[in-house]
Amino acid sequence: MEITCDHIREKLTQKLGAVHVDVEDTSSNRCAASFKVLVVSSEFEGKPLLQRHRLVNMCLAEELKEIHAFEQKTLTPEQWEKQKSQ
Amino acid sequence: MNNLIRATARCLRSGTAVYMPRQADGRLWSASGRRFLCSDVQKDLGEIVKKDKVVVFMKGTRAQPMCGFSNAVVQILRMHGVDDYADYNVLEDQDLRQGVKDFSNWPTIPQVYFNGEFVGGCDILLQMHQNGDLVEELKKLGIHSALLSAEKESK
Repeated sequence: MEITCDHIREKLTQKLGAVHVDVEDTSSNRCAASFKVLVVSSEFEGKPLLQRHRLVNMCLAEELKEIHAFEQKTLTPEQWEKQKSQ
Repeated sequence: MNNLIRATARCLRSGTAVYMPRQADGRLWSASGRRFLCSDVQKDLGEIVKKDKVVVFMKGTRAQPMCGFSNAVVQILRMHGVDDYADYNVLEDQDLRQGVKDFSNWPTIPQVYFNGEFVGGCDILLQMHQNGDLVEELKKLGIHSALLSAEKESK
């Protein structure tokens, strides 16, 4: 399985109903070893941080076996709007 | 095989200096004479996370973290003046490395526990630090964050 930014974005969009996803390959030579994601989804509403991150981890369980490092930020659409306006 | 080589190369790249198998305080994960048998790991982890108020599973030691994310956790705890915590080096023991991932149902290292409860990894601790939750959670453990004292002094 080849892990690409597009693949991760697609999966998070489909499975978590994300309305916005930023994916960045943070490995030094863009070798898909580490990624940083920002996920905006209404699924996160009312859920603490740990639960949000678990949702993302679950969604990418297969990919995370191959990925060396993974950073994530999880926002509700409301939080995302707030952050954008700041 | 190629995967293994790549993974090793990645680890080496992200490592800072020479691999130091011994923890700074002399407490060695496997030096206690008991290496972890797979079947025992889960049970032992259940005890380990409760043994100390704050427990960190990391790559390297607090004196010499071997990965940026583990280092970030150490630095955050240091900022809050949390000295009294147990750090376990997962690079020392492959059973522990996989065992703690299974135990927490969490795919990455570092992992932080407060009072036997899983808090999260580096991202979560960092966000808790930024939004002030960490100070509150430490208070629940009876730990007064050094950042609170610093704040008072500057007023």
